[in-house]
Parts: sequence; structure tokens; C-alpha cells
Amino acid sequence: MRDARRAFPVVFLGLLALVPVVAHLTGEPYYLTVFSRIMVFGLAALGLNLILGFGGLVSFGHALYLGIGAYAVGILSAHGVTSGFAHLGAALAVGAVAALLIGLVCLRTSGMAFIMITLAFAQMFYFLAVGLRQYGGDDGLSIPARSAFGPLALQDATVLYYVIFALLAATLYVLHRVVHARFGMVLQGCRENERRMIALGFPTLRYKLAAYVASALICVLAGVLLANLTQYASPAYMQWVVSGDLIVMILFGGMGTLLGPVVGAAAIIAIEDVLTAFRLGLPWGIDQVVNAHWMAILGALIIVVVLTLKQGLYGWLVHRAARAG
Amino acid sequence: MTPLVVAGLQKRFGGLAATDGLDLTVAGGELHAVIGPNGAGKTTLINQLSGEIRPDAGRIEFQGVDITHAPAHRRSLIGISRSYQITSVLRGFTALQNVAMAVQAHAGHSFGFWSPAARDRALTGPAAAALEQVGLAHRAQARADELAHGEQRQLELAMALATRPRLLLLDEPMAGMSQREAENIVALLAALKGRYSILLVEHDMDAVFALADRITVLVYGRAIACGTTDEIRASPQVREAYLGDEEAEA
Ligand SMILES: Nc1ncnc2c1ncn2[C@@H]1O[C@H](COP(=O)(O)OP(=O)(O)O)[C@@H](O)[C@H]1O
Ligand SMILES: [Mg+2]
Repeated sequence: MRDARRAFPVVFLGLLALVPVVAHLTGEPYYLTVFSRIMVFGLAALGLNLILGFGGLVSFGHALYLGIGAYAVGILSAHGVTSGFAHLGAALAVGAVAALLIGLVCLRTSGMAFIMITLAFAQMFYFLAVGLRQYGGDDGLSIPARSAFGPLALQDATVLYYVIFALLAATLYVLHRVVHARFGMVLQGCRENERRMIALGFPTLRYKLAAYVASALICVLAGVLLANLTQYASPAYMQWVVSGDLIVMILFGGMGTLLGPVVGAAAIIAIEDVLTAFRLGLPWGIDQVVNAHWMAILGALIIVVVLTLKQGLYGWLVHRAARAG
Repeated sequence: MTPLVVAGLQKRFGGLAATDGLDLTVAGGELHAVIGPNGAGKTTLINQLSGEIRPDAGRIEFQGVDITHAPAHRRSLIGISRSYQITSVLRGFTALQNVAMAVQAHAGHSFGFWSPAARDRALTGPAAAALEQVGLAHRAQARADELAHGEQRQLELAMALATRPRLLLLDEPMAGMSQREAENIVALLAALKGRYSILLVEHDMDAVFALADRITVLVYGRAIACGTTDEIRASPQVREAYLGDEEAEA
């Protein structure tokens, strides 16, 4: 079990690192875009899972923070500010203040109320973004050039890919330390039995709030990367569906581990991609049916995985590998 | 200074007075038992002392400081520790991790983001010692939800002890234990006696009369009697209201 748990992240990240090479050799730059997208959403899911999987706090509004990251890039770019440091700094600053205030309100509730109130905040920001006429309103705004980080030429899709990759790998490592450190143990203790944690002497709110803000900032970072990837900032990034997608990725991959949500993001996005572009030339128009109803098929898959694999896809993989080896 | 002074404590749930003008003290090193029939308000009393529910009126003093309105986590930090009648542990954690959390709660702030807590001797050392103390050392690596009922009760006690409290509030620590497990706990409490101030709620009368320095008899939220074990045994009021049936049966 130990060995499989150690080996999988290395194998998984190793495969991700090879994607640009494969894309290059096969002359399919499209893979680069898909896997960049997978890593961006994997990063966001990883961030959300810090409070969801480890803290037991089901936030149904984390798309809001993706949106803050994306709009920081979009709005600053629209005003001619191209510095990536300015983009990132503004995104994190706004994200931190928003998360602190929203967290303070939301964390006074728990269970279903927490789910609903996080959703409500995200919807508020969604409609705020829709109302930003000068920044494209409903349509959002396109971003003429990617963030300028000194000599880092993000305009090059391969460079952008490796920047996203490096940030994902670094976040995985940092969170690995955090969840096993004193702070992470308090967070997990609150998930297990918050009442008992308080009786033991922990002022739990401040720890949950810190985790909520950290989790939000990882999503803000993912939002900055998403805007760079698509060169677009849209209210659609903040839709409740996106918050739901992140939760689905976590459940699909498995919330007990750090890598699970990233594997979940990869699986969901890859399956979505395969189903919408399904062209096997099967008889009776099966291809068209699959293309048109891919959501239903994906939904069925998710139900099967969530119901049959308690630890999600990743947990299941690790478990199997441990038994085989 | 008297560790615990409770004066005029009141708590109503709707029309029901769960605590009804209760006065009570626990002296330094004293083991003070609270007995009474089911629904007498024993757990409600402990919940008010530990800060989990607010009294409607009255005053709670701990070592001369008014803590009537202090939040629950702060009461733990100043030395009031409790166990639960219905086992309340971190079910997905190992026994050792459970106790280590109790140690960590009292080891400064927990904004440590880098060193693994599992390899922190400052946490695991005292945690292992507390498990040893309650006789659960051999189960340190077992998950709390895989422990037998009696073992979970022992874990409760280890967590309460690991915070190095000055006042222990124990809510029926022997509830649901086998005869032998209960005997072990009685022996443990006897060993702890004198080193801590202890408020013990317990149904097992043999244990109570063997351990207690003083006993308060609670009925409908009221202390109908308070005194030494001999005084309580001899009290006609208590015999009538509470002990009477049991003595008659015996
Ligand atoms: N949260 C609550 N809400 C309403 N009634 C309660 C609550 N907690 C306890 N009670 C009632 O208060 C009385 C005292 O309960 P409790 O303190 O648990 O008694 P004991 O521990 O002595 O058996 C009981 O009648 C119980 O039903
Ligand atoms: Mg009770």
C-alpha cells in the first residue's frame, strides 16, 4: 500500500511531463490544450479538496475563485496591464480578501446550510460579472496576450504547459506536507468530530478559515492559468455548474487522497472529450447518439464509479496495485 | 483556591428544568461524584461546566475566575477536561492520533504547515504515555472505530488525561463496560484520585461509594443531598428518593 501510494504520483506526474513530447512527435498540438486544461482543473479540484476531502466542508461555490483569477487577468489586460506579476498579485489579493470575508460568514454554518450559502455567494459574483458591461457582460472578454512573466514566454503553448505542470506539482507537494503537519491534522480532526476538537481545546474556526482561504487561493491560481490558457475570461467560469464539476472530479477520483481529484479531473475531461468527438463509424448512428447524449453517458459513469468505488478511481487504482504487488 | 464553584446554576429546556438552582463545589484533589436517576440533569451539568451549553442563570468559577461565559475551547486550555457519556472520538484516526490531538491542542497554536505531526515526539510521546496509563498501549495503531466499546471508553479517558487537566469531568466513564474493564477503570480512577480534582458522574454505585470523597444526589436538576459516602448512605431523603429501591432489592 505504502509503495503504491508513493509510486503513483511519480508515475502520474511523469506521464503528464511527457505529454508535450508526444504531442510534438505525433504532430497533435491539440493534446497540449486538453492536458493543460486537465491540469488547470486538476489544480482547482486539488484546492477545493483541501477543505472538502480533508476538512469535510462541502463548498458548492469554488468556481467563484476560478472567476476571480480569470477576471483579474482579463480586466487588467483590458487596461493595458500585461505584467503577469500584477495579474497574479491582484488575483491573489482580491481572492484572499473575498475568501476571508466569505469564509467568515459561511463557516458559521455547517452541513446543508454551508453548501447553500457558498453557492449563494458564487451566484452573487456570477451575476456581478454578468453585469460588468464594460468587461463584456454576458459574453466575457477576450484577452489579447498571455500574462508577461519576465523571460517566460507563455505565448508558447509548451512553455505554458510546463508552467502549469510545475505549479500543479509544487502545489501537490506543499499540500502533502500541510495535510500531514499539525495544521492538517486539526483540519482532519474537524472533519471527524468538530465538537470533540473544540472540547479538546482547539479554536476550530480560525483553522477552518485558514484552510478555506488557502483552498480558495489555489482556485484563484487555477483561474489565472485558465484565463491564460483560453485567453478569455467569462462569467461561465463562475457558473454553479463549474463548482459542481469540481465536486464531481473530486468524488470521481477519490477525496481521501491528494492526487485523487487530479486523477478525477483527468478522467472526467478525457471522457468528455472522447464522448463529444466519438467517431468510430459504428452502425445505426451510434456515434451521433453518443455525441449528442455524452452528458447522460458521463453521468451514468460517474454514478457507477461513485457507488462502486468507495475511494474513487484513484483510491481503487492504488488499492489494486497494492494487492497485485 | 477551590477549583470549581457552581452557584445557582439554571438551565431550562422549554418547560423542563434540567438544572434547577444548583450549588456545588469540587475541592482541590477531591473526587466528587454526582449520582441521580436518568434524566436528572447530570450530563446537562457537565455540558454547562465544559462550555458546550450556556446556563440560563447562575455562575461557574474555576480557580477563582468566573468562566460562566468562557468558550468551550478556552475552558479546556485552562485545565478543564471532559469525557463523554456517549463515546465521542475521532473515528477515522488511530487511537494514538486521537490522543496526540489532545496533546497538540495544549501545545501552542497549530499553524504548523511543514513537519509531519506523526513524527513529532512532543506529541506522540505524551500520547503514548496516556494510552499506557489507561491500558490501551497495545491498541495504539488501531483505528478508533475498530476498537471494542470498552476500548473506546478507555480512549475517551486517555484523551481527557492527555490534556494534563486540573479538573476532570467524567460522564459515566464505565457505561457499557464489561465487569473486568470497569474494574480496571475503577483502579485507574483510584490511582488518579488526589492528583486531579474530579467530578464523576456514574451509575455504578459500588464504584461511586468506593471512590468518592463526597457525593451529590441530583433529582430533577436539584441537589437533594450532598455529603460524604456515609452521610449519603444514611440519608433518609436519599434512600427514599433514589437509593431506596436498590437497597430494598439487594
Ligand atoms: N438539548 C436538549 N434539549 C431538550 N431537552 C434536553 C436536552 N438535553 C437534555 N434534555 C433533557 O434534560 C433532562 C436532563 O438530561 P440529562 O442531563 O441528559 O440527564 P442525565 O445525564 O442525568 O441522564 C432530560 O429530561 C433530558 O430529556
Ligand atoms: Mg447523562
